[in-house]
Amino acid sequence: MPDFARTYDVLVVGGGNAALCAAITARRAGASVILCEASPPPLRGGNSRHTRNLRALHPGPTNVLTDSYLEEEYWDDLNRVTAGKTNEDLARMCIRASQHAPDFLASCGVVFQPSLSGTLSLSRTNAFFLGGGKALVNALYREAGKLGIVLLTDTEVQHIQVEEGHATEAVISHCGFPQRIRFKALVAASGGFQANRNWLREYWGDAADNFQIRGTPYAQGTVLKDLLAQGVQQVGDPTQFHAVANDARAPMEDGGLAMRLDCVPFSLVVNRNVERFYDEGEDVWPKRYAIWGRLIAQQPGQIALAVTDSKAVMNFLPSVYPPYKANSIREIAQMAGFDADKLEKVVADFNAAVRPGTFKPMVPDDCSTEGLSPPKSHWARRIDTPPYYAYPLRPGITFTFLSVKVNDQARVLMADGKPSANMFASGEIMSGNILGQGYLAGFGMTLGTVFGRLAGEGAARHVRN
Amino acid sequence: MSATEMSKLDLLLQEATEIESDAYQDARRQMAVCNACRYCEGYCAVFPAMAARREFEKADLTHLANLCHGCKGCYHACQYAPPHAFGINIPATFATIRQESYAEYAWPAGAGRLFERNGTLVAGLATLFVMLALILSVAIKDPAVLFSAQTGTGAFFRIIPLWLINILAGGSFLFAILAMTMGAIRYWRATGGMGGNFQPAPAAEAAVDVLTLRNLGGGGHGCNDLDDSFAQHRRWLHQSMFYGFMLCFAATTTGAIYHHIFGWHSPHAFFSLPVQLGTWGGVLLCIGTAGLIVVKTITDPVPVARKLMGGEYAMLGLLFLIGATGLLLLVVRHTGAMGIMLVLHLGLVLALFVALPYSKMVHGIYRGIALLRNAREKRAA
Repeated sequence: MPDFARTYDVLVVGGGNAALCAAITARRAGASVILCEASPPPLRGGNSRHTRNLRALHPGPTNVLTDSYLEEEYWDDLNRVTAGKTNEDLARMCIRASQHAPDFLASCGVVFQPSLSGTLSLSRTNAFFLGGGKALVNALYREAGKLGIVLLTDTEVQHIQVEEGHATEAVISHCGFPQRIRFKALVAASGGFQANRNWLREYWGDAADNFQIRGTPYAQGTVLKDLLAQGVQQVGDPTQFHAVANDARAPMEDGGLAMRLDCVPFSLVVNRNVERFYDEGEDVWPKRYAIWGRLIAQQPGQIALAVTDSKAVMNFLPSVYPPYKANSIREIAQMAGFDADKLEKVVADFNAAVRPGTFKPMVPDDCSTEGLSPPKSHWARRIDTPPYYAYPLRPGITFTFLSVKVNDQARVLMADGKPSANMFASGEIMSGNILGQGYLAGFGMTLGTVFGRLAGEGAARHVRN
Repeated sequence: MSATEMSKLDLLLQEATEIESDAYQDARRQMAVCNACRYCEGYCAVFPAMAARREFEKADLTHLANLCHGCKGCYHACQYAPPHAFGINIPATFATIRQESYAEYAWPAGAGRLFERNGTLVAGLATLFVMLALILSVAIKDPAVLFSAQTGTGAFFRIIPLWLINILAGGSFLFAILAMTMGAIRYWRATGGMGGNFQPAPAAEAAVDVLTLRNLGGGGHGCNDLDDSFAQHRRWLHQSMFYGFMLCFAATTTGAIYHHIFGWHSPHAFFSLPVQLGTWGGVLLCIGTAGLIVVKTITDPVPVARKLMGGEYAMLGLLFLIGATGLLLLVVRHTGAMGIMLVLHLGLVLALFVALPYSKMVHGIYRGIALLRNAREKRAA
């Protein structure tokens, strides 16, 4: 039984990478630390459990990253995916600090690997965790335990007592029993609110019922809502999130990475009304995969169907659930429950619009359509070689961007613009500071590591003074 | 019965025998998840071999299962491990398939049933052959030799005559070699054959994989021997056991060469080659088997096929007892306890030889073949 009578130096709310980086940094700086993770032990780690890599600046090749990836290119990439909806100072600070993120994680026992197959070709920009995010989470918990951090699982933080920008006490449920934790500094690293369907409904209405929550079901946004209600400044559009095209047959929660479908650029995608709604071949998939969740979320019934043929089926990773497979478009439509006449026409119109070109699956090639709206700019090949394949798609939400505002020391800002005396934030709960919209693969773990370390440092410094 | 009816019956029979076990069906479901995830590709040979496939026929699953060294790295790293609904548990599922494949390809046909309740079988054989050795030595020789000190050349054979050792041990060992060779051929054919011509490079790679246990390295930093922490305990303990076993085998072989070619008869001096090989082999064998028993006992039980543990404990126990009685024999060989110890030791060795083709020991054969196939596949890709 943990000691709930004492006052801890630092309370870390959350149990993923952002929380653990903060906890380890604060403890290494000499603070006493208690960490509250809402999930039971096997599901600990928040969304970090489902991650695989982090994006890191590097001036030259390292043991896990090839070539170089410098600040300007990184910033360009981030600026482009967010369409300028970002905070340049904070973003550049985070990009510069990302250079040291892999070494910090390695110092905690995280093992990296050179990237191999099936990874969206990210070996230059992203460092891969050997075994993926759960292996990282295991290593961080092991390190945290060794350092003497009090690690509580099955422990939900329900309320933070905040007085004039100063947090003093947390109301928690520990293994189902009410408790209080007193502390000198707080690190909020408890993620977004994407698993809170009622909250999503405020912005999305009934559509929210069709969103698949890819990650942890424990991201209820309880602390986010609690802090925002107590004078902490809000940042980020509450309707914005990281979302991908998921297999419509996936579990509604915690389906993780393997549910995403990479077939879109090599397919034709229609909505429930059997109408195409976006250029499937706009750009290479690593730069487009994160917009398709939102695109599908905006379609009627939040469902779509990707149709392709046997020529393309080896160009993308296999799906967990077998695709619909038939020798005619008509049968495919019937299997998927889409209007067969309409689908035949859409495919015929598409085939008629395809211009000849040289198919190159890994780069934007010259296979495109002419006179089709919306166009398919690359990888457009006639869908004419049976068997035909189809995959049903739904939006798979990774995390929401609505956030508490922070400064470049990960310190939480109050509504009046003044920094909080003792509250810090890291990870998805503050992602909206940098991600106004869009997403860059591996950036979530960068954000968690960089701001986690800053938050841990800041909390420990506050306690010392 | 008409010809078409016959062929229908044949088809039905064929279908009936092709109905797959739960383990195979579950492995196919799990592979669909793993092949869309691929986070584990840095761990061992199984995952790159999986990624090269889209369909998982029974032969593919048998191959992948035998390629798996049971290091448990993929289980502890798995975002879909129990209690997740997908319940991905490759180490336990593949261990079950391995055991089923040992039974399926065992020779002669029907002998595969010996893999059920394998712990009981191995333990029973050990008991039986120790008793048999005691009875035979007493029946053939004067019972008094069992309890009186025997010294000088040929002391051992005054307890049990050499011809008897040759017939029993040699006969059972040769049968084991035959049975395991037949099993290996059946396994190789069933998992896809792939040309009969010998290719030196893949064979060399597979040999290095076997001799270094590269796949128990977890990609460099070790495996999850006990829990989610990384260690190389199992690798080094297995190496100790394996090389200890090989040294013991070398000791027996040099002893036979001394006897039959040079006419030098046992017992040999402590610093002679056979005794040195046997001594260090025995020490390594005891350390390895005892250590593996401890690891097996305290490890996280979820990524383990519990049903198979009886056979594994029994074989580790038998090997430990063989090593221990061999060492004790060395200690007491000039005393009156030598006779009993020798009979115990030989009885246990005999039990090992008889059990060999129907025990955990066959994993070495199938694992070696799987590594060879994997090395060839990598080059063919």
